[in-house]
Amino acid sequence: MSLTKHIELPNGVRYSQPLGLYINGEFVKSIEGKTFEVINPTDESVICSVYEATEKDVDIAVKAARDSFDGEWSTVTPAARGKLLNNLANLFEENRTLLSSVESLDNGKSLTYSALDVNGAASCLRYYGGWADKVHGKVIDTQPGTFNFTKLEPIGVCGQIIPWNFPLLMWAWKIGPAIATGNVVVLKSAEQTPLSALVAAELVSKAGFPKGVVNIISGFGKVAGAAISNHMGVDKVAFTGSTLVGRTILKAAANSNLKKVTLELGGKSPNIIFNDADLDKAIEWANMGIFFNHGQCCCAGSRIYVQEDIYETFVEKFKARISAIRLGDPFHDETYQGPQVSQLQFDRIMGYIEHGKKEGAIVLCGGKRYGSKGYFIEPTIFSNVKTDMKIMQEEIFGPVASIAKFKDVDDIVAIGNATSYGLAAAVHTNDLNTALNVSNRLKAGTCWVNCYNMLSTALPFGGFKESGVGRELGKAALANYTQVKTVQINMGGLG
Amino acid sequence: MSEQELPLFTELTAPNGVKWNQPLGLFINNEFVKSKPGETLSTVSPIDDKEITRVYAADSTDVDEAVKAARAAFENPEWSDLAPTDRGALLYKLADLVEKNLTVLSTLDTWDAGKPITVTKTEDCVESINTLRYYAGWADKVTGKTIDVGPSKLVYTLHQPIGVCGQIIPWNYPLMMAAWKLGPALATGNTVVLKSAEQSPLSALFLAQLVKEAGFPAGVVNIVSGFGKTAGAAIASHEGIDKVAFTGSTFTGRAVMKAASVNLKNITIETGGKSPLVIFDDADIEQAVKWAHIGIMSNSGQVCCATSRILAHESIYDEFIQKFIDYTTKTSVVGDPFDEDTSHGPQVSKLQFERVMEYVERGKAEGAKLLLGGTTPGTNLISPTVFADVEDHHTISQEEVFGPFVAITKFKTQEEAIKRANKSSYGLGAAVFTKDITRAHVVAAKIESGMVWINSSNDSHFAVPFGGVKQSGIGRECGEYALANYTNAKAVHLNLGTML
Repeated sequence: MSLTKHIELPNGVRYSQPLGLYINGEFVKSIEGKTFEVINPTDESVICSVYEATEKDVDIAVKAARDSFDGEWSTVTPAARGKLLNNLANLFEENRTLLSSVESLDNGKSLTYSALDVNGAASCLRYYGGWADKVHGKVIDTQPGTFNFTKLEPIGVCGQIIPWNFPLLMWAWKIGPAIATGNVVVLKSAEQTPLSALVAAELVSKAGFPKGVVNIISGFGKVAGAAISNHMGVDKVAFTGSTLVGRTILKAAANSNLKKVTLELGGKSPNIIFNDADLDKAIEWANMGIFFNHGQCCCAGSRIYVQEDIYETFVEKFKARISAIRLGDPFHDETYQGPQVSQLQFDRIMGYIEHGKKEGAIVLCGGKRYGSKGYFIEPTIFSNVKTDMKIMQEEIFGPVASIAKFKDVDDIVAIGNATSYGLAAAVHTNDLNTALNVSNRLKAGTCWVNCYNMLSTALPFGGFKESGVGRELGKAALANYTQVKTVQINMGGLG
Repeated sequence: MSEQELPLFTELTAPNGVKWNQPLGLFINNEFVKSKPGETLSTVSPIDDKEITRVYAADSTDVDEAVKAARAAFENPEWSDLAPTDRGALLYKLADLVEKNLTVLSTLDTWDAGKPITVTKTEDCVESINTLRYYAGWADKVTGKTIDVGPSKLVYTLHQPIGVCGQIIPWNYPLMMAAWKLGPALATGNTVVLKSAEQSPLSALFLAQLVKEAGFPAGVVNIVSGFGKTAGAAIASHEGIDKVAFTGSTFTGRAVMKAASVNLKNITIETGGKSPLVIFDDADIEQAVKWAHIGIMSNSGQVCCATSRILAHESIYDEFIQKFIDYTTKTSVVGDPFDEDTSHGPQVSKLQFERVMEYVERGKAEGAKLLLGGTTPGTNLISPTVFADVEDHHTISQEEVFGPFVAITKFKTQEEAIKRANKSSYGLGAAVFTKDITRAHVVAAKIESGMVWINSSNDSHFAVPFGGVKQSGIGRECGEYALANYTNAKAVHLNLGTML
C-alpha cells in the first residue's frame, strides 16, 4: 500500500492523506506491513486504510524518541521549544479548513464543531508554547553553608494514547505540555480516528521540530497501546479514554517499569438545576451538556436533576428543545448532531437504551436509530430513573440523558455524589451561596455554575475518584510532564 | 524649516542606503500628532554630529493628552474586556512585525544612537523580539490565588493591572528598552505613555506604527518624544498616572522618585551601576579577559550594568592586565557603526563623549595609571581606556563613567574582595571568576548586587530578573518578576456565613 492517498472531501477539499507511521520525522510503513480500515461513520463506507503500528513499530518509535531526547532536543532552549509550538499553532490555524474537514469525515462531528476543535487545538499549542520558558524551580534556604535548588526536569519519553471524540484537540492537549517542558513523545491516535493526527504530523515537520521529538502512530489499544504502556523504555504514559482501559494501563505501568501515569477517564456528571435558575438558559446548558458532540464527552452532563417545583415545566421545555436538534451529514451547515463514531459505539449505546427500558425507565423522547445509514441515534431522554440503574451508574457515551427531580441541597449533593466517577458537575441557580455551597460539596474535578462543558485551555481539567489521575490544561498539566530534582550543595555547612 | 512647518512624516535614507518613512509626531490614540505648542527637538547622529531630523517634542500639555487617551483606553472594554489570551496575541503580532522590520529598526538605532549595526541586528532587535514574545506568553498566565482560611469565607486574590503607566526610557538600547517596558505592562492589561530619550527618539516612533498595525486599540500605547525636564517631569508628577517606570541616571531617578510622591504613584527605577568584576587566583584567565572585555567595552561602555571595576587577585594581576590589554587591542574595532567590522561605535552624543573624556583627565590627576586608550580617533569615538592601580576612593572607582573605561585594582583575600566590591553606592551587577564552587556561591550570595554572573559578565536573558540594589534601583525588570511591577494584588473576602 502506498504511503499517501488522494482524497476528495464532501466539501470539495482535496488533499493527500498520509497513511504511514510518523516516526523520526518521516512517514514509514509498519514493519510487518499491517494496515487497518478507516470508516466514515456518516455512511459506513471505508475512507482508506492506514498502516497499523505493532509492538515492533512502537520499539522503533520509542528509540527515535529516546535518541532525540538524549541528543539534539536536549540542546534546544526552552524559548526555542516555545517558538516551535507557536509555529505549530500558526500552522494549525493556516490549515483550519483542511484539518476540520478531515476531522468531520473521520469522526462524524459537524464541520462547525470540528473547526472549533482546530481553533481550540491551536490555542492549546500556543498556550503551552508560552509556558516553555517559564517553568521555574526554586531556591530554598535551609541553613547557612548550603546552597539548595530544585529544577523541574522533563520526564523523558512520553507515551500518549488519545481518544476518538476530539481527535485534534486531544492531540494538542497531550503534545502541548509534554513538549513545552522538554519531553519527547510517541502518540497513538485512536483506531477509530487516525486521519487528522497524521495530517497534523506533517505540520510538525513544517514547524521545524527536530526529528524524533514528536512521533505519531496509528494502531489499536490492545496492540500498540499495550506496547506503549508496557514498554521499558517509555518513562511516562498519559491516557484519555474509558475507565476500563485506564485500569489496564495503570496495571501495565506497575508491571513494567513503574512509569508515571496520568489518566483522564469517564464520567457520569450531574447537571443540577435549582428552582431559582434562569430556566431558559438552563435548558440550553442542559441540552449542550449532554447532546454536544453527540454525547461523546467524558464530562457530559448525562444525569440531569431538576428541583421539584420546576420539574414539569423543565421537562416540557426540554423535550421541545431536543426536538429542534438537527441530525444529519456533518458537512451540512445546519447539522448539529452527526453520527456516533463507530458501529461498536452505536451498538453499545443502543444496548444501554434497551437496558434502560428493561429496567423500567421511561423514554421521554428518542430511543431509536435515526435514518438507515450511518451510526445516527436520536437524542434520547429517560425519566423515572433510579440511582442504582445501569443507565444511571455506567457511562453511556452517547446522546442519552436521564432526568430526575430532587428536593433540596442535601438531597442533591447526596445524589450527585452517588457515583464512582467524579469528573464534572454543574449547578444552575441565581443564589451565590447555593452555587458555592453545592460546588464545594460535589466531588468533581470541574464544577460549572450556570454553564456547562465550558472548557478553557487555562483551566485545569480532570477527575476525582475513578474519573482519573492528574489534571490536564492550565499550568497544572506541566506537573504531569516534569519531575523535581533537588540539588543540595554543601558549602561547608554540613558534615 | 521653522518649527511650525515640521511635517508629521519624512522620508529618510540612512548612510547604509536603507530608506523608510519616518514618523515625527507624537503617537497618541493611534495617531501621529504635532505637539500642542509646536515644540520640536533635534536628533543628531553621533557618527558625524549632524542632525538626522527634528521630531515633535511633548510638553506637559501633550503629556496630558496622552494620559487622557491612555485613561480612556484603560476603561474602554475594547482593552479592559479583552481576554488575556487576546492581549498576548497582540504582543505576538507586534513581535512578528518587529522581526519583519528588523532592517529599518536596526538601522535606526545605529544611526540615532551610534550602536554597531551588527549589534543592533543580532542583539538589540533580536532581544526586543524575544522579550515581546516572552511577555506575549505570560498574558494569560497571570493568576491570582485562592487562600484557604477555613469554611467561613472564600478568599481569593485578583492580580489586576495598575492602570495608566508612564514609562521613561534611556538611549543606550532605544528599541530594546521600549520592548522591556511595553512587554510586561501590556501583557498584564495596563495602558502606557512612553517617553523615549531625547538623544534617540526615532526607533520608538517607528515602533509606534507597528503597535497600530498589530491591532492594539487606540490609546493603549502612546509614545512621545521629549525632554526629561519637561515631558519626563510631567509624566513623573502627573496625577492621572498610576505608575511610573524609569530607566536612566541615578540623579534623574531621584528626581522621578520625588516627583512621583505627589500622588504616591507606584515606581520602579533602573539607574546606574559601578559593577565589580572579581577575578580570583584560580580563575580561567583567558575567559576572564574575554568576558571582562564584553563587560565594559560592549556598547562603548554605555551599559548600566557594565562591569567597570575590575578587582584582580594580586597573584594574577599583572598577567590579567597584560592579557586584557592585548585582547582589547586585538579585538575592539573602533569606528563607523555602519561598518560591519566595527565592534565599538561612538558615544551617543557630544555631551556624553565630553563627560567620559573628563574622567580620563580625572583618573590621571588622581594618580591612577593610564595603560591604554584615553584617546579619540574620530567624532565622539573613544578608544578602549584602561586605568590600573585604581584606589577605592578615586572618583573613577566610585562614579559611573558610562564609557569604554575600566578601572582595575588588586586584592589579597576573598573577604577583602567582597568588602571592596561592596564599597559602592551602587549595586546593579557583579561578576566573579573562579573555579571553586563554594567560593563562587558564597561570593555571589555576599555581593550586594541585583545580578551576579559567575564566570561571565553581562550575560543577561529576558527570562531572568534584571535590576539593582542600593542606589541602582527599585524593582526588577525581565522575567516573571517584571509582572509584579504592573499588577496590584486585590484580596477579595467572600463571607460564607459569618452573620453578626
